[in-house]
Amino acid sequence: MARAGRHGPLLAIIVLCLLLSVPVLTVFASISNSSDGVWQHLVDTLLWTYIGQSLQLMLGVGVMVLLLGVIPAWLVTMTRFPGSRWLEWALVLPLAIPAYIIAYTYTGMLDVTGPVQGFIRTTFDLRFGDYWFPQIRSMGGAITMLSLVLYPYVYLLSRMAFLEQSVCVLEVSRTLGASPWRAFSRVAVPLARPAIIAGLALVLMETLADYGTVQYFGLSTFTTGIFRTWFGMGSAAAAAQLSAVLMLFILALVLAEQWSRNRARYHHTSTRYSRLPQIELKGGRKIAAMLFCMAPVVFGFLVPFLQLAWWAWDTRHLVDFSVFGTLVFNSLRLAFTAALIALVLGMCISYAKRLQPGMPMRTSVRVLGLGYAVPGTVIAVGVLIPFAWLDNTFDSWMRDQFGIATGLLLSGTLIAVVFAYIVRFLPVAMNTVDAGLGKIKPSMDDAGRSMGLGPWQILRRIHIPMLRGSLLTAALLVFVDVLKELPATLILRPFNFNTLAIRTYELANQERLTEAAASALMIVLAGIIPVIIISLSISASRPGHDKRA
Amino acid sequence: MKKLFLAMFAVTALTAGSAVSFSALAAEVNVYSAREENLIKPVLDQFSAQTGIKVNLITAGADELTTRMELEGINSPADLLLTVDVGRLLRAQEMGLLQPVQSDVLESQIPAQYRDSEGHWFGVSLRARVVVYDRARVNPAQLSTYEDLADPKWKGKICVRSSSNIYNQSLSSAMVSHHGVAATEQWARGLVANFARQPQGGDRDQIAAVAIGQCELAIVNTYYLAGMINATSADQRAQAAAVAVFWPNQQGEGLEGRGAHINISGAALSRNAPNKAEAVQLMEFLVSNEAQTWYAEANNEYPVRPGVPVSKTLQSWGEFKADSLALEQLGIHNAEAVRLMDRAGWR
Repeated sequence: MARAGRHGPLLAIIVLCLLLSVPVLTVFASISNSSDGVWQHLVDTLLWTYIGQSLQLMLGVGVMVLLLGVIPAWLVTMTRFPGSRWLEWALVLPLAIPAYIIAYTYTGMLDVTGPVQGFIRTTFDLRFGDYWFPQIRSMGGAITMLSLVLYPYVYLLSRMAFLEQSVCVLEVSRTLGASPWRAFSRVAVPLARPAIIAGLALVLMETLADYGTVQYFGLSTFTTGIFRTWFGMGSAAAAAQLSAVLMLFILALVLAEQWSRNRARYHHTSTRYSRLPQIELKGGRKIAAMLFCMAPVVFGFLVPFLQLAWWAWDTRHLVDFSVFGTLVFNSLRLAFTAALIALVLGMCISYAKRLQPGMPMRTSVRVLGLGYAVPGTVIAVGVLIPFAWLDNTFDSWMRDQFGIATGLLLSGTLIAVVFAYIVRFLPVAMNTVDAGLGKIKPSMDDAGRSMGLGPWQILRRIHIPMLRGSLLTAALLVFVDVLKELPATLILRPFNFNTLAIRTYELANQERLTEAAASALMIVLAGIIPVIIISLSISASRPGHDKRA
Repeated sequence: MKKLFLAMFAVTALTAGSAVSFSALAAEVNVYSAREENLIKPVLDQFSAQTGIKVNLITAGADELTTRMELEGINSPADLLLTVDVGRLLRAQEMGLLQPVQSDVLESQIPAQYRDSEGHWFGVSLRARVVVYDRARVNPAQLSTYEDLADPKWKGKICVRSSSNIYNQSLSSAMVSHHGVAATEQWARGLVANFARQPQGGDRDQIAAVAIGQCELAIVNTYYLAGMINATSADQRAQAAAVAVFWPNQQGEGLEGRGAHINISGAALSRNAPNKAEAVQLMEFLVSNEAQTWYAEANNEYPVRPGVPVSKTLQSWGEFKADSLALEQLGIHNAEAVRLMDRAGWR
């Protein structure tokens, strides 16, 4: 009885994981379907291009987000320079801008037909081809665009890790004669590795799942391949198979990372969390730090924001503002709902994994985690299949038994939409909570247990207070992700239900970029406020931080 | 933090509460539309105002919508499927998602070429894919046919968007049905060799690229140019003014004079439509004089119904001869067209 009591909740979590994995498994199940020689055609033509360009994109984005994420995180946490206080939260702002929107805005400005090159041509009386200008619609352009809006994942997670690091290890490294920069590269970064990798994994998965940007820039990545196969050749089977290959690739990456981490542990035994000693930067270093931290904010947020604001102002008479209230309300309530559910589930699952790190648990969590790397449209179909099946089966059973037609109960409701969000974005919450949980030493759990606390009480009285920063970060990331989410909302939504992201996309899709700016701006504004609130509470969440200070 | 959570719980409860909706008993019709909301809602509102029938709308890509219809099966609420190209209508028909409609109104107003002979789908507007050229640098006398665009004399001078775009796929499908796969592949290779740059952006981007001199010709749908001519941005208007429309394949014998490539946006009745009568009524409204005029004025598309006046912009491009190819052909050859464009290196 006591055993069942202990294992019951864990079993429930495994069942929950499996339930949430259904869409991913549905996509995998498609591997057995026939695809009419589409694969042979792909191997003969573009498959290697897809793979090559996807890898190039991942590599470029990976390197760039590490530079833009980890270094500023360390600088604002451990040093003082002019502007470091507000950069702490401002560095998160690009998160509020959807990747395809930043691509559209920069293209609007920098493309051959845009105002910048137009200005160069008229000022210097040049014609096209007389001068050199970087090509925005290129692999380099796509890497830059994606990195500028995705680095905040790495920034947030590594900053959280730096904040939660005990000051002792850093002091020890300093007393052993390491310079502050050596302490950064040899102690702080390796200790923050799980968090940095968790952030990087999110970025890479989102990069692989991106369709809007790569499509607009004319790249041939795996995602464009999936949609070309599906829409162009009408082969949904081959498209799902390509998605399954994509997931296997991610799985291999995740396993490789875990293997390389081997048996290393990242918690520390000290409980000294005095105020972090912040180095006051001087002279050239001060300027360099300032510029380095400001660049991502300026290019990832300020420039596109101002461009959108300018366009929105320019087209204000074309925009029907009366619908905006509903759009904002719809977007916000979906984002709140999904963030809350993802947070609670993410916490339960991460915690269960900590208590019972057995094979079934690890496997089910890993399968579930793959949802983030798959284009939203594919996952949405993976959601649609089981929901429609369930509805139709229940309907025909009710008809047979009672002569009552129940129709579609769940398909085409917001429940299906939110379910899809959870499937897609739960990995974000889990990765974030996991990274935080990994830094709480197991002896804390033991201490709790020795005092007679059950697992539930340990979670509530020990872990949650210690994890506050991670939990807020997780909720924030899911919130902003849902606000920007497009494909799953588009396919699964009920009748007459619109969000800001849908509105923006529909106008942009008609190549009316300037008219799309008003609703794009609303997405950004709706995202900014929670971003600021939460990133401020993250700084306040450091253990030992004096709230009155 | 507690307050934040309480607020989040409240919103969650609110959403859960409104998630389960009950349909009203009043007459209504459910539309799955691949045409974006702002390009269809005004007509639907007009329909509701006239008939009192409520229109429920979902918009998304046509393939997503048909996938949803297929999975929803016999319980699908969809009455009408609206698409912006004929290929998707044919695909829906192949998937067994449609049912034929017998309507004197539809049959008398829509020329036979632009509707299915059995009534599975009906065109509601026409979209022409044409050549636009740089007024300053191109002598239109040099232009003739789509086939001619593969001629080496245009080397490095042509802009066109990605072959992932359905209108390029339809154009190639039309070529396949006129010339066969091998000759079309040859044509696509020649065209690719003439590209001024790797395909990128949308149709408006191609027009702008011609205007600033990156290329001399572009292959685009006419309503994009019309949109730029009537744009609020002075830049866009200036770019549009720098180019002119050329209607390909107007002169000559046989295939040479077959006419410009045409696609349709269309409507079809779902096989399991719960509101069949209202849906047919809406289809008939879509080809009414007022709806057709709206398409022509607001969207700058060509009306499918003969005799409906077109916008000033469209009038300025004159009359044209349309390819009389049966539109089914575009759907039949679409997959082949994509494959040959893959082989030809048309990104």
